[in-house]
Amino acid sequence: MLSVTQLTCQRGERVLFQDLHFELPDAHWLQIAGANGAGKTSLLRILAGLTEPVQGTVLWNGVDIGAERSLWHRDLLYVGHQGALKEELNPQENLLFSLGLEGFESSPAAIRNALQQLGLHGREHLPVRYLSAGQRRRVLLSRLLLRPARLWILDEPYTALDVHASQVLTHQIEAHLQQGGSVILTSHQSIPLSGGSCLTL
Amino acid sequence: MKSQHAAPFILAIRRDLLLAARHKTEIVTALFFFVIVVNLLPLGIGPDADLLRKIAPGALWIGALLATLLGLQRLFAPDHADGTLEQMALSPQSFTLLVAGKIVAHWLVSGLPVVLIAPVLGLQFDLPGRSLGLLMLSLLLGTPILSLIGAVGAALTLGVRGGGALLSLLILPLYIPALIFGAGAVEADLAGLGAEGHLSLLGAVLVVSLFFAPWASTLALRVALE
Repeated sequence: MLSVTQLTCQRGERVLFQDLHFELPDAHWLQIAGANGAGKTSLLRILAGLTEPVQGTVLWNGVDIGAERSLWHRDLLYVGHQGALKEELNPQENLLFSLGLEGFESSPAAIRNALQQLGLHGREHLPVRYLSAGQRRRVLLSRLLLRPARLWILDEPYTALDVHASQVLTHQIEAHLQQGGSVILTSHQSIPLSGGSCLTL
Repeated sequence: MKSQHAAPFILAIRRDLLLAARHKTEIVTALFFFVIVVNLLPLGIGPDADLLRKIAPGALWIGALLATLLGLQRLFAPDHADGTLEQMALSPQSFTLLVAGKIVAHWLVSGLPVVLIAPVLGLQFDLPGRSLGLLMLSLLLGTPILSLIGAVGAALTLGVRGGGALLSLLILPLYIPALIFGAGAVEADLAGLGAEGHLSLLGAVLVVSLFFAPWASTLALRVALE
């Protein structure tokens, strides 16, 4: 369970949000909504532990995320705005390295399988430079299949995805929730999933 | 799927080496820069063998400093721009270890070629055989220092506009000890004195920077990522 208390975020002189409270139990999902520049990404970065909040605490299963960083990051899967994809490497190499740097070993077969599920069959060996924006997002989202985690934090996961890929992503989120995982995501669209809550900044 | 401790460090090295192999021009540029800078000195000074032998250690070492500086800006900048650094900071593995892997890869790509080609350039300065060996040894101990201290500078200037010039201003003064002891070892040998003292001090600088630089770079990177 993730619990956030009295969270305040300040960027320069501007206070983006203050005294934010919420709790996210296991097997639940939360959509964070708000206008452009409202601080959605800033909130996600604080939750992930990339930015220190001005005030407030973020607890994961009752433990401050800063105190047990390694445990927190083992349970967390963060897919940010930026792709973290290397243009010179192909999707397979990209995934192999990004999983490996997090200490997860995965076989090339498993990676091929995940890429196939996201409709990237036949493009495993093409440098990412030659992929479209939507295809790059698909490569990123195949990490959801490959890297075990309890909580997903997804920043605008539906951006640039076509109808089919959006459906695949929704199914993935559903499956993750069914297994007791939780999801926090930002989106400007309404999410075709039941049972979630929405936080507007 | 299981997690291992040494594997991510090795993987960070392998990843950067693979990326470097896909960008061969960058390695070749730094190496040619080294060759050309070192070659300009004899051309400018003239064919005075005694004088050339005297300035050789300093010339080669300054060439190595400048060549290292050339590639430093690209040590973290591409990974910062595409979000890889963010993912590394979020890895359950030690971020410091991953950063250390990147520094090792940087040395393998920019430092090691300089060490290997230095004796060939040393011949142009009429350095005797024993000094050539010593030059290689001093560079072998010294170029890792350049990568390590340089990484701290690269991390500190990450995301700063005009960071390149700032990086040089920040880092070159910190390279002075390595330059003095590294070039000094060869000079001492040429003068018939023992080089052991200089080499020991150079080794000490290496040990200290091995200990502090990955840690300091990681701290600076965390600040840059905020």
